[in-house]
Amino acid sequence: MARRAALAVWGFVVGDDWRTAVGVVLILAATALVATAGLPAWWLAPIAVLALLRWSLGRAIPRCADGSSRL
Amino acid sequence: MSGTEASLAVSVFLASAVEAVEALTIVLAVGSTRSWASALAGVLAGMTALAVLIAALGPALTSLPIGVLRVVVGGLLLTFGLQWLRKAILRAAGLKPLHDELAIFAAEARAAGAAGVAPGELDGYSFAISFKGVLLEGLEVAFIVLTFGANQDDVGLAAVAAALAVALVVVVGFVARAPLTRVPENAMKFAVGVLLSAFGLFWGAEGAGASWPEGEAALPFLGLFVLAAAWLMVRDLRRGLPDLAAAAS
Repeated sequence: MARRAALAVWGFVVGDDWRTAVGVVLILAATALVATAGLPAWWLAPIAVLALLRWSLGRAIPRCADGSSRL
Repeated sequence: MSGTEASLAVSVFLASAVEAVEALTIVLAVGSTRSWASALAGVLAGMTALAVLIAALGPALTSLPIGVLRVVVGGLLLTFGLQWLRKAILRAAGLKPLHDELAIFAAEARAAGAAGVAPGELDGYSFAISFKGVLLEGLEVAFIVLTFGANQDDVGLAAVAAALAVALVVVVGFVARAPLTRVPENAMKFAVGVLLSAFGLFWGAEGAGASWPEGEAALPFLGLFVLAAAWLMVRDLRRGLPDLAAAAS
C-alpha cells in the first residue's frame, strides 16, 4: 500500500523523465553554492531551467516522432 | 488580495479545472452507462479522501521552517511544472495528440458496458472507477493546493480556488450531460505549466539562498520569461516538424 502510494506520488511529480528531477536538484544546489559564496545567484536558475526544459524536449521528440512515446 | 495571492488562486483554479474535466469524463461514462448513484458515491468517497489528505498534510507542511519549505516545495513545483510544460509544448507543436475527451468517454463507456451486471444495490464497478478517477486526477490538485498554499501560508485560499473550479466544471458537465470537449485543455495546461514553473523557480531559488531583485515583484517577469521561452520552443518545434517526419519515416 505504502509502496503503491509512493509510486503514485513519484509518477505524478516526476513523471516519465527522472532526469528533469535530477536536473532541478542540481540547479537548486548550484544556486545555493553561488549564493553561499556571496555572489548574486538569482539569474542562474531561470537560465539553467530553460536549458533543462529544452534538453528534456530534445529527448522526448524522437519518441514522439516515431510513435513510441508514452508521454 | 496581493498579486502573488491572485496568481496562486489563478494557478490552482486552472489546474483544478483541467483535472476536474478529466475526472468528469470518467464519472459521466460510468454514471450514464451503469449507475449514477454508485458513480456519485465514488465521487464523494474520492473527494473525502482528498480533503482528508489536504487537512492532514497541510498543517505538517506549514510547520516546516520557511527556508526548507521553499526549497523543497519550489523544487517539487519546478519538477512538476516542467513536466506539464513539456507535454503542453509537445501538444502545441503537434508532436503529441491532444487529450480527446470524447474518445476517452467512449472507451470508458464501452468498458463499463462490458463489465457485467451489478448484483446488489451498489454497483461496485461504477463506485470503484469513479473513486479511482477522482482520486488520481485529484491527487495532482491536492499536491498543488498543498504546495502553493503552504508556501504562501494560505492553504485556505488555494483550497477555495480548487473547490470553485471543481464546482464550475461539475455544474457545466451535469447540465451538458456530456464530456466538456470545448474546454481548451492544452492552453490551460500550458498556462498551468508556465505558472507552476515560475512559482517553482521563484520559491526554489529563494529557498536556496538567492535574493530576487525587487522581491515578489520579480514573479510576473519570471512568468513572462518562461512563457516567452516556451512559445519560442513551440515555434522551433513546429518549424522542424517536416524534418522530424522525414527522419521517422
